[in-house]
Amino acid sequence: MSTQVPESVEEESATETASAGKQKRDAKKRERAERVQEQREAEAAEKARSADDTYHLKVFRYDPEVPEKQEPRFDDFHVPYKQGMTVLDALMWARDHYDSSLTFRHSCRQAICGSDALFVNGSQRLGCKTQLSDLSEPIRVEPLPHSDVVKDLVVDMEHFYDQMESVEPYFQTNSLPDGELDEQRQTRENREKVKMSTRCIWCSACMSSCNIAAGDNEYLGPAAINKAYRFAMDEREGEDMKQRRLEILEQEHGVWRCQTQFSCTEVCPKDIPLTEHIQELKREAIKNNLKFW
Amino acid sequence: MYEHDVIVVGAGGAGLRAAIAAHEEGADVAIVSKLHPVRSHTGAAEGGINAALREGDSWEDHAYDTMKGSDYLADAPAAETLCKDSPKETIKLEHWGMAFSRDDDGRVSQRPFGGLSFPRTTYAGAETGHQLLHTMYEQLVKRGIKVYDEWHVTRLAVSDEEKPEDRTCHGIVAYDVQTGQVEGFRARNGVILATGGLGQVYDHTTNAVANTGDGVAMAYRAGAPMEDMEFIQFHPTTLPSTGVLITEGVRGEGGILYNENGERFMFEYGYANNLGELASRDVVSRAELTEVNEGRGIEDEYVHLDMRHLGEERIIDRLENIVHLSEDFEGVNPLEAPMPVKPGQHYAMGGIETDENGETCISGLYAAGECACASVHGGNRLGGNALPELIVFGKRAGHHAAGKDMEEARITTGKEGEYELGEVDSPVELGEAGIGEDAVADGGTAADAGASVSGTDLVQRAVEDERETIETLLERDDGIQQAEIRERVQKSMTRNVNVFREESALKDALRDLREARELYQQVFVADKSRTFNTDLLQTLEMRNILDIAEAITLGALARNEFRGAHWRKEYQERRDEEWLKHTMLSWNDGRPELWYKPVILEGENKTYEPKVRSY
Repeated sequence: MSTQVPESVEEESATETASAGKQKRDAKKRERAERVQEQREAEAAEKARSADDTYHLKVFRYDPEVPEKQEPRFDDFHVPYKQGMTVLDALMWARDHYDSSLTFRHSCRQAICGSDALFVNGSQRLGCKTQLSDLSEPIRVEPLPHSDVVKDLVVDMEHFYDQMESVEPYFQTNSLPDGELDEQRQTRENREKVKMSTRCIWCSACMSSCNIAAGDNEYLGPAAINKAYRFAMDEREGEDMKQRRLEILEQEHGVWRCQTQFSCTEVCPKDIPLTEHIQELKREAIKNNLKFW
Repeated sequence: MYEHDVIVVGAGGAGLRAAIAAHEEGADVAIVSKLHPVRSHTGAAEGGINAALREGDSWEDHAYDTMKGSDYLADAPAAETLCKDSPKETIKLEHWGMAFSRDDDGRVSQRPFGGLSFPRTTYAGAETGHQLLHTMYEQLVKRGIKVYDEWHVTRLAVSDEEKPEDRTCHGIVAYDVQTGQVEGFRARNGVILATGGLGQVYDHTTNAVANTGDGVAMAYRAGAPMEDMEFIQFHPTTLPSTGVLITEGVRGEGGILYNENGERFMFEYGYANNLGELASRDVVSRAELTEVNEGRGIEDEYVHLDMRHLGEERIIDRLENIVHLSEDFEGVNPLEAPMPVKPGQHYAMGGIETDENGETCISGLYAAGECACASVHGGNRLGGNALPELIVFGKRAGHHAAGKDMEEARITTGKEGEYELGEVDSPVELGEAGIGEDAVADGGTAADAGASVSGTDLVQRAVEDERETIETLLERDDGIQQAEIRERVQKSMTRNVNVFREESALKDALRDLREARELYQQVFVADKSRTFNTDLLQTLEMRNILDIAEAITLGALARNEFRGAHWRKEYQERRDEEWLKHTMLSWNDGRPELWYKPVILEGENKTYEPKVRSY
């Protein structure tokens, strides 16, 4: 597939015929492809016009590389409605039928991969879990606030990941059973205790909603504290580890920064009682400190 | 160019387990994945992990169930490896802190699942995959294993000897989604593919948008055969409007299926007189569609799955996630009303041919998890056997790639063992469109690299080829866009290569796919930006979807029998005398070559004699 050689005008006649034939075929194929494409665009427009119900979305657009998108702007999309349609469905429809450069993260479509947290009509929500019919129009879709925008609805997640990974987010215990087939026992109650905290899907909606995190870049944030809670409250880790976990959480930018505004709890798509978890850790920390008096 | 001992492609359950295992062996390992690890679709797995942990159960019983479930198309050495290793790998997850559901005595909970002779499906509510994925990622963080996330791997750098069995994999080429850079990754020891499912070949699927079968297609074009691609699992309980999965655990806990007349059809129409709703998935899916086709479906589309009689307490304790999914994605509160369900594409039993150590016929190339075919699942995978596959074979591939001595495999790969060539009557030309022209669809091996070329040079050449391909796609400013081609392929596959298959429809699908391939030659990317260009990413995925759709259809047309998930109108019986063999497809200079290799039914202590499969 070398294309390094510059095209020569004086080719052998046989090659010429062959390449002329190929050009003709190519042109025909191209024509057909273009026809199919045009037909599709016309159908999409027709669908949007004739649908009884269309939804009007105003979507944030930005691309540092594309001159007309360097200044952030909002684009309007009118998407034909189907029963059960979500914000994510509407974005996908708009991308696939109107503008393939419309960019957003998504994968599972079922609120488990945590890719598509967006700012929809002024609050943090998962696109896949938000029904269009629950929203007032026009629906404003923006990237998560308090994050750097990479392009359109895609934000830079690095800071969120850094915070998550700063709390030693892995199970640590000194009391593993000897046998490779022996389980560590855990009571049903204790499993129930950590259950909600294990549901986190790292979507970062909570972090984006948090005023404290917006003002203090080093604040661990609700998701990371919840991750630490998940281990601190797990009886299998043992008391020594709990001490260590509380030390991490009591740092300057840890649990004491939280001002109990509940915004994280309100936006969490998995209904994790984040503020409660943070409060509980504060109480644990106080109890713990009293012990050494 | 980046360089590591072991490169793992994909960061779901198998990829993470492979990376941890390679790291345990002291290898410098890195993961390259188009998604951040916690976004992987392993997280959507609900039901559980089959493991013979309890008294009264044994790996032998698990293996028997698996072989029977496979309709005798699984290879016994692979199935037995799965069942023997699963208990210690499952407990390993417990030792890593995974939040399993617990019994009163504090041990991990297990429940009944379809096709199992013992309730051995170990679970964490109805979110076992989520717990598994996050637990494993935690272990990755603990070990400080390097992850290149949001890098889409586009091709393998494999030497180009005539026979695939003589080739070596030296690395990969990947596209950095954030910046648009194309870079090479040299793997000193090996590359492990763990790219997961291929459900995006269909339009009604439980799979994520990212599940485009990239690893399978890449390995295929590099010379590793695809095995048993026609065996696609259609899960009997997916939500009709979105394809969201409703776990088999609902039926495991006692959920019941009803048709429009309120009849418990699994029993009343004799589909599975013993196990009823808990027959294996292929059986239940066909039963549901038969009900619909015979006019007993609801709105001519679906059936009802009712779990209200289990009571709210038990449902919330064991299946809470299902309540949320049904409410959020179908608008039905299953505590108050039955859930509408219908079959949807769920899992590919076939994939990249490997042995029980995860190695392919290409030296230095491994595969594990859904993208691989060892073959553990044969004609039909049992519920609860996918997650153990990830941890068992992910670990083995990781160890092997890192250089650990493994017991010699009994399964042969490539044309090293016994094989026969096959033929299939296709109405159209097969394989890559426009061979010999400047086809963008080309994704094969780095061309004309002689034996003297170093691994690094080979990777570099592959990088240059890929850069050229991407430039070509970006330079064009008219033609057709991938969304149109994708929609056509998905619709045709769902219409023609679904649960019920017949020759004429399969041939229609091949015609549609030919047309799609020709259209793909004219594909263009409208978004010219280098930053997070998902238009380009999806266009690159599209070529994988094309190769895989063709392979599924071709296998389905070739296999003239009814086995496991593969039902053929013209052939209503399993034909053991002719078909105890795997369907193999090799990419032969851009054309699929069909051949077969025998199934291994001889296990460690016994031979699994094919029996009538009734539930």
